[in-house]
Amino acid sequence: MYLHPELETLSRSEIEVLQLERLKKTVAQCMNSPFYRKRFADHHIKPEDIRSLDDLKKIPFTTKQDLRDNYPFGLAAVPMEQVVRLHSSSGTTGTPTVILHTQKDLDEWANAVARCLYMVGLRPGDIFQNSSGYGMFTGGLGFQYGAERLGMLTVPAAAGNTKRQIKFITDFGTTALHAIPSYAGRLYEVMEEMGIDPKRDTKLHTLIIGAEPHSEEQRRRIEDMLGVKAYNSFGMSEMCGPGVAFECKEQNGLHIWEDYYIVEIVDPQTLEPVPEGEVGELVLTTINREAMPLLRYRTRDLTRILPGDCPCGRHHIRLDRMKGRSDDMMILKGVNIFPIQIETILMQFAELGNDYLITLTNEEANDLMTVEVELKEFCDDYPRLQALTKEITRQLKDEILITPVVRLVPKGSLPKQEGKAVRVNDLRKTLI
Amino acid sequence: MTVQQISVFVENKSGTLVRVLELFKEARIQLIASTISDTVEYGIYRIICAEPERALEVLKAAGISANVSEVFAITLDNVPGRAADAVSRISQEGIAISYLYSFMLSGKGILVFRTDDPEKTARVIAGQKMNALDGEALLSLV
Repeated sequence: MYLHPELETLSRSEIEVLQLERLKKTVAQCMNSPFYRKRFADHHIKPEDIRSLDDLKKIPFTTKQDLRDNYPFGLAAVPMEQVVRLHSSSGTTGTPTVILHTQKDLDEWANAVARCLYMVGLRPGDIFQNSSGYGMFTGGLGFQYGAERLGMLTVPAAAGNTKRQIKFITDFGTTALHAIPSYAGRLYEVMEEMGIDPKRDTKLHTLIIGAEPHSEEQRRRIEDMLGVKAYNSFGMSEMCGPGVAFECKEQNGLHIWEDYYIVEIVDPQTLEPVPEGEVGELVLTTINREAMPLLRYRTRDLTRILPGDCPCGRHHIRLDRMKGRSDDMMILKGVNIFPIQIETILMQFAELGNDYLITLTNEEANDLMTVEVELKEFCDDYPRLQALTKEITRQLKDEILITPVVRLVPKGSLPKQEGKAVRVNDLRKTLI
Repeated sequence: MTVQQISVFVENKSGTLVRVLELFKEARIQLIASTISDTVEYGIYRIICAEPERALEVLKAAGISANVSEVFAITLDNVPGRAADAVSRISQEGIAISYLYSFMLSGKGILVFRTDDPEKTARVIAGQKMNALDGEALLSLV
């Protein structure tokens, strides 16, 4: 049932005792980081002021901007010689964020992922295939180490090349697959084209899906198509990556590991706690990390805490499926993209006006981004327009890692809005 | 010796083309020639008309992106091969033609084009004694 029974079955009061102990340790650890030392001094807080879990509220929030402002190593809370790994997110305004790990951090991360995978029934002997991108993206190495820690044969298939992915599934006898939800649908389509019946011709029984918002309906379709149980995974690079919260076999909310994180849900405007069970922004404090602890980190993800006990016997609270973002982040092919990234690029071109519109569509399982942007001045010169289009496309791709379709449109032709402009028009349909 | 050409940026889907023609109709501005290219993302509708400056005002007042540029318009005798002769004389001087279109007016062939080097083109036209029109001369043929 439990990979770490002593931690997974802690009662609420035991969890809180452990959290306070780890919080104090974490706050002390933070004093090694130039960023937190200054922040505590600026707010006249001393580590000794944190005597109860409630005292956490005395500490200011940490934001993604703080990570950017202190790029790359300003939040390191250990000597850099002890840091053995870094991961980086795609930079939203040119500056990426960096997360550092000691060997112990990596071990604890792998433990958390292994715990999640064990929770949904995976065991040594299962063959786990990971279709995440490897490299800076944490979904690759995060699942790799976690699945290996659990003792599964782990296939680092990485993203893309669907036919090869399917060949691995059939040849190696893959039983569990990690994929973004839209890709699960794509896999099924290609299997059909190849004459492969996933229920008859593969040993798949478990799918781990995450990194992309998806509905309950979408999950059920994935399960029906592939003949698997599909479990929702939640993570983010700032918190290490995958393994932050995960569904148990009940498939009713994601247990967030409270021996790793202290959870708060706040109103994104007032930053005050929301009433119990209401939707707000998820704020996390890491309490099991050395290299780069984060205190009250605003994740921008909107969710709520599900009330009541879970029949699985774990008292770690359950988060509801993510409701979206408190800002306007887009997720395309599992990549986080902010309109501001696109705007920043567009605004560097003197030829372009201020108005633009990002339209997201999907065909088959492919997300497509179209960027329409107004020309400042009309230009009667095809080669110049084409060269401009090409250059904008190239620079956008460098920034967001996805190739958008760029359309130059006449000044004044994009719809005008009153008040805050609508920059993103998401027309993506649920396909699965 | 050039004529004024109006260029309008048209989106393929949006009905801008119809709108432009309706505006010309309402303003009673006569079209002499026009051309539009077929592209995937956007099109440029190029127009030679009477009263180009007024036409531009009409378009701008209607919120349509347009501009006026100077293009060469030379007359050709209505005999096969004259267009080839004219273009080859320009090309031989190392001048690149950006775009070109032609039409018939009062029994004369008219070749409209723009090049990458207008000054040199003007010299070649003068040197070769080609008959380049200005706006007034063109209008007199209508």
